[in-house]
Amino acid sequence: MTLMRITSPHAHGPMSTSRVMQNVLLATIPGIIVLTHFFGFGTLVNIFWGSIVAVACEALALTLRRRPLGFYLKDYSALVTAFLLCIALPPYSPWWLIAVGIASAILLAKHLYGGLGYNPFNPAMAGYVILLISFPIQMTAWAPPRGVGELPGLLEALQACFVPSTFDAVTMATPLDLMKQNNSLLLEDLWAQNAQFGRWAGIGWEWANIAFLAGGAWLLYQRIFTWHAPVAMLASLSLMAALFYDGGSSASGGSPLFHLLSGATMFGAFFIVTDPVTSTVSVRGRLIYGALIGALIYIIRVRGNYPDAVAFAVLIMNFAAPFIDHYTQPRTYGHRDTRGEE
Amino acid sequence: MRKIFGFHGGIHPPENKQQSLRTPIADAGIPPQLVIPLSQHIGAPARPVVAVGDSVLKGQMIAGPAGFVSVPMHAPTSGNIVAIEDRLIAHPSGHLARCIVIASDGRDEWIEHSGAADYRDLDKADLINRIRNAGIAGMGGAGFPTAVKLSLKPDTRITTLIINGTECEPYITADDILMRERAQQIIEGTKILSQLIAPEETLIGVEDNKPQGLAALRAAAQGCALEIVEFPTKYPSGGEKQLIEILTGKQVPSGGLPLDIGVICQNVGSTVAVYDAVVHGRPLISRITTVTGEGVAQPQNFEVMIGTPMSYLLEKAGYRPDNNKRLIMGGPMMGFTVPTADVPIVKTTNCLLAPSETELPSPPPAQACIRCGMCALACPASLLPQQMFWFAQGKEFEKLEQHNLFDCIECGACSWVCPSNIPLVQYYRASKAEILQSRHDNEKSGHARVRFEARQERLEREDIEKEAKRAARKKAAEERALAAAQGGGEEDPIQAAIERAKAKKAAQQADAGAGEENEQEKLEKAVTTTRKRLDTASAKLEQARADGSDLVAALQTGVDKTRTKLEAAEKALHDYQQEHA
Repeated sequence: MTLMRITSPHAHGPMSTSRVMQNVLLATIPGIIVLTHFFGFGTLVNIFWGSIVAVACEALALTLRRRPLGFYLKDYSALVTAFLLCIALPPYSPWWLIAVGIASAILLAKHLYGGLGYNPFNPAMAGYVILLISFPIQMTAWAPPRGVGELPGLLEALQACFVPSTFDAVTMATPLDLMKQNNSLLLEDLWAQNAQFGRWAGIGWEWANIAFLAGGAWLLYQRIFTWHAPVAMLASLSLMAALFYDGGSSASGGSPLFHLLSGATMFGAFFIVTDPVTSTVSVRGRLIYGALIGALIYIIRVRGNYPDAVAFAVLIMNFAAPFIDHYTQPRTYGHRDTRGEE
Repeated sequence: MRKIFGFHGGIHPPENKQQSLRTPIADAGIPPQLVIPLSQHIGAPARPVVAVGDSVLKGQMIAGPAGFVSVPMHAPTSGNIVAIEDRLIAHPSGHLARCIVIASDGRDEWIEHSGAADYRDLDKADLINRIRNAGIAGMGGAGFPTAVKLSLKPDTRITTLIINGTECEPYITADDILMRERAQQIIEGTKILSQLIAPEETLIGVEDNKPQGLAALRAAAQGCALEIVEFPTKYPSGGEKQLIEILTGKQVPSGGLPLDIGVICQNVGSTVAVYDAVVHGRPLISRITTVTGEGVAQPQNFEVMIGTPMSYLLEKAGYRPDNNKRLIMGGPMMGFTVPTADVPIVKTTNCLLAPSETELPSPPPAQACIRCGMCALACPASLLPQQMFWFAQGKEFEKLEQHNLFDCIECGACSWVCPSNIPLVQYYRASKAEILQSRHDNEKSGHARVRFEARQERLEREDIEKEAKRAARKKAAEERALAAAQGGGEEDPIQAAIERAKAKKAAQQADAGAGEENEQEKLEKAVTTTRKRLDTASAKLEQARADGSDLVAALQTGVDKTRTKLEAAEKALHDYQQEHA
């Protein structure tokens, strides 16, 4: 009888990469439901079409790279990229916009760098930024929320995506746009004059953020990631907002609560900043990484040219992650300092 | 209540300890043949002191220690030595090693032995000797000779003696059942160790998943000056470094020993072995081994003789080979697979795990590292396994060392949590081996370089010295010539020159006097022989001429040559006679 020779450990825990990815997908559901409720079926159609393109791109890249298809496709990473990018895209985006974004994300940002685990930039955010720079009009056309404008039905949503020329899009500035463009009104008056604003931030946006926060909290509970990077990001964003709030003058950058519940804040904190591949590795590193993203988001939102800034902030910090890693190596057992000398 | 310190990371794998704790320790009996490897410990292999054909008694020493860091081996039962040869042993690399093979006679007859029931009267040297002679090596798994660990320099102060009853690996229950059934012996053994090294405090550390063992220890330790410390279950709290941190809050310096921070650790099994050795004079010839996993029908603990083939022990537990594809010595986290079930149980075999494929499935192919960091959270040494994996793949050994690869204790927590099923520990082991190998090579080439450079230097130095001597001689000669030319000096140079000339002449005459006779004789002999040769040659020439032979010309030349030689010889003799007349 020949016995198997394997090195230790022989036991393995229950966690798997596919499960991590599946959990991330599940955790986006509350946010997707809220987005759909407030902005119609656009996001769902985005995700539907985006997922098809993503799996096709992934399969193409794997075939070109001569990797076993089944083994790599079942890690769900392509679907995660599709979900994240399609959530970030404006609802009722045309099919080609989604396709270009997904192809950029999967083929350029991911597989050109060696596939899952080797990409220095978050693929979804890289795809998003490529689209934002290339197609600024389409990328900033956001639908009005329920109660403010008319919501297209499912058929119209499909039409908007697949036959965009026949779809008459109704768009409206987002609360972050309004906030950026405002330079004469007190915040109180801005709120009163624009129907998009809700209790704390934009109608729909505030609940979408809360829903993504809930999804993120569930992932935290599942120990898919640690609290460090998202909490650091939210804390530094709040701190920046609090520092420059000034009580609501026309020059105000908006309240901390407004920033926490606007745009892609919670989505970014729990679904983008926590992307392990492109972030830092140590606990201290993740605190620094998250905090700097939070600060950058505020700076770009208030002082930059774009209304929202999660994608830019994340990509900039993706660059910095290896550098942060270098200086935040934890102290090893039995060593006095952190740099490995003693 | 004592403060319990934590340690970074750790995991909570399924314990799977209940299976083997349902029955008390069973006696595995006497196998027909025992195979005793000479190296079951860290250090030099023992040296056989018996020969093939000898009959031995139980407890008789069959191999003596080879040096300080070594331990002797004893016959686990009575019988005959049938072979001393290389056999397959339980080792991760599955190599052969020298073993003494004993055919047991079934009588299990003890050699005469005696202990010291009252060990309090024994001095340190005597105690250590008894422990050394009993062949005790750390039974928790490392196999470091216990007597060496306990041989302290006279000025060493030990603050804490820790008896390790943690047994954090899943499946293994050898220490647990030992605590349940032999708590008294553990306590007595602890007292002996305590007497030997005189620590400020003595602790027995046990995880809180062993309530029965803890209760037994507490009952046995009533009134003793030692503390039994219970702490939360977490793998790998039984690792020496981790246990020390849990109990003292101190960390063993990297590359150092517990001794450096005044701590000594001993496993409970070794403690009982010390008790047996000192109190009963009984060497280490058997141990408690857990046999468990779904590959055996009755998982349980055995008291088993060292050298018992694993197959024999497995049979005792109801082995189901069809349900078992790999056999692990040790636990599922740090144990290693053995090549066949015929290898023997050794002093460090705390567990024999025969898992089924469903209970410990074969590892699936590894997926890409997504740098999730779960490994870093689980690492008890606070390393960054994901970074080290990255560097190990790229063979960036410098970076690996910078990330403290050698502080990795190979506990397997990182691999256990890895969602991508990457065999991280395997990468670290391979990298460590490669780095050690290259260090070794560097050292060797370093030695060679030093030797070469030393030789080069010596040659150069010799050249310079020669040159210096030559220059000195030259200078001296020039000075002498100068002095002679000037014809003057401080002393009377003329007188000196005359004396030198006289001395030289005297020496020459003395030399010549001895050789004079010889020289003349030689010359005379030369003349005589040459003349004889000339006569012969001339006669031959005459004969040839008479015969009309065609050799005439050649002979003529020979005669001419000989005549010339004769003339030269005569001249030399003449000159000599002239000179010495």
